Amino acid sequence: MVPIRPSEITPEHIYLSRRKFMLGLGAAALLAACGRLPDTPEATVMPEGAATSEALSTPRPTPTQKPDIKTAFDAVTGYVNYYEFSLDKEAAAILANESLQVSPWTVTVGGLVNKPRVFDIEEILKFEQEERVYRMRCVEGWSMVIPWLGFPLSRLLKEVEPLSNAKYVRFQTLADPEQMPGLGDMTFPWPYIEGLRLDEAMHDLTLIATGIYGWSLRPSNGAPLRLVVPWKYGFKSLKSIVRIDLVEEQPTTFWMAAGAGEYGFWANVNPEVPHRRWSQANERRIGETRRIPTLLFNGYADEVADLYPDLTNKDWFF
Amino acid sequence: MMRTFLKRHGLKLVIHLGALVPAVVMALQLARGSYLDPIRQMTTASGNTALALLGLTLTCTPLARLTGFRAVLRVRRPLGLYTFSYAALHLLIFAGWDYGFAWDLLIPALFTQRFVLAGLAAFVILLALALTSTRGWQQRLGRWWKRLQRWVYAAAGLVVLHVLLLSKTPDKALRYGIVLVLLLVLRWVPARPSAQGASSAPVTKD
Ligand code: HEM
Repeated sequence: MVPIRPSEITPEHIYLSRRKFMLGLGAAALLAACGRLPDTPEATVMPEGAATSEALSTPRPTPTQKPDIKTAFDAVTGYVNYYEFSLDKEAAAILANESLQVSPWTVTVGGLVNKPRVFDIEEILKFEQEERVYRMRCVEGWSMVIPWLGFPLSRLLKEVEPLSNAKYVRFQTLADPEQMPGLGDMTFPWPYIEGLRLDEAMHDLTLIATGIYGWSLRPSNGAPLRLVVPWKYGFKSLKSIVRIDLVEEQPTTFWMAAGAGEYGFWANVNPEVPHRRWSQANERRIGETRRIPTLLFNGYADEVADLYPDLTNKDWFF
Repeated sequence: MMRTFLKRHGLKLVIHLGALVPAVVMALQLARGSYLDPIRQMTTASGNTALALLGLTLTCTPLARLTGFRAVLRVRRPLGLYTFSYAALHLLIFAGWDYGFAWDLLIPALFTQRFVLAGLAAFVILLALALTSTRGWQQRLGRWWKRLQRWVYAAAGLVVLHVLLLSKTPDKALRYGIVLVLLLVLRWVPARPSAQGASSAPVTKD
């Protein structure tokens, strides 16, 4: 991974209010997080030889490599893809923040598990939360750097004890036409379904996020809980989860069912495998000018590349 | 005096002022910082404005032929030039702002992505039409001038393709495509007698 250490990041004004919030999350998280907080804004350049020196990718010069600076709170929460509300990124954020009812909320975790269970959102928040600053690379060619709060999905899955024949995890976003005007668009196969192979789901980087920037998650970012898989294109990280099932067969995702052959199941970030209609070679950080090169596995190749045998197989990147 | 001025130039005035509105709105939004992703949102706004103006440009001839309202022919050229200006702004934002004129990134971005190639081809046509839109070029090219100007339909078709290739769903491009086909079909509808020759009327009056 090309690490994003908190010390490399410009803290936002919003951090001033995070201590108050963190109190609610337990003293351990509070101490851990505050201990890492820098006092002054500071941004250092990423380490040299960014993580692209893996199998498929010849190391390339990185002419515009820039330090990872956290994307402004307003952009992270106000500029989103949330088709259940609108195809327009800003309209979707406004509509979601206006109308999504995030409590009460339950998540049903079942399928091929020993102990199927319905979690109340309060129970989800009792998992020890930690901050993770991740790059988020959208398949459309833009990216953000986002400080999430949450916990590894593996902890939730361990609670329900997956059976040995469980091979994949299938996730489902809320689909409530009362709250989500975008569901009227019948060209899409609602509800939004995503999936991971079990070992991807159990990977330590794979997060269930419940907060952002030290706050609880905004509806526009998929409150009250969402998935974050930082080495895959953003559409894999579905929002506002209501159901998680362990299954034997590879799930058919929303975008696979949409049928246009646009986005596949694996969707691992790779600058050298273009989308059918556009290049993925570089990306635009929201709030910054000048493009930066996209990194293999979004810069997390050291952590996740061995999940995928034979990286010359382009299927991993579709 | 005022009345005759407005009657003669009113439509042109509306066009000139109206065409500036999107630019002013974009500048204001930008200055007020109300774009969360200014590069993309300005790209989208300039592209959509160029497309809308192109549609208006193409409406002039059929409108004059069908209604006999020939004054619209005098705004055809300014509308075309505004179309070109917004398309140029669109390209400038892409090349200069998004890609910072970093040629090592920009060249592949321009020439390997199909949706950009379609846009670029449309732009080249619009550029040629804008450059030859003067009275001087009209005289120099003679009857070829009209044939050249008809390429505007190819440009419009390429823009529809551009939008089709960059969208996640085809519905917007389909709507634009239908409008374009309608405008083309209207060219074959016989003109009202009073409007005879509308499509070949000189447009360089201003
Ligand atoms: C000169 C070459 C061109 C380039 C490099 C270019 C590039 C782009 C880009 C990058 C986008 C945004 C894609 C996205 O949403 O991510 C776009 C959208 C668009 N462009 Fe172009 N374009 C070009 C020419 C044109 C021309 C000539 C027109 C019209 C006269 C046009 C009209 C549009 C429209 C209508 C959109 C869609 C905006 C939307 O999503 O609603 N483009 N173009």
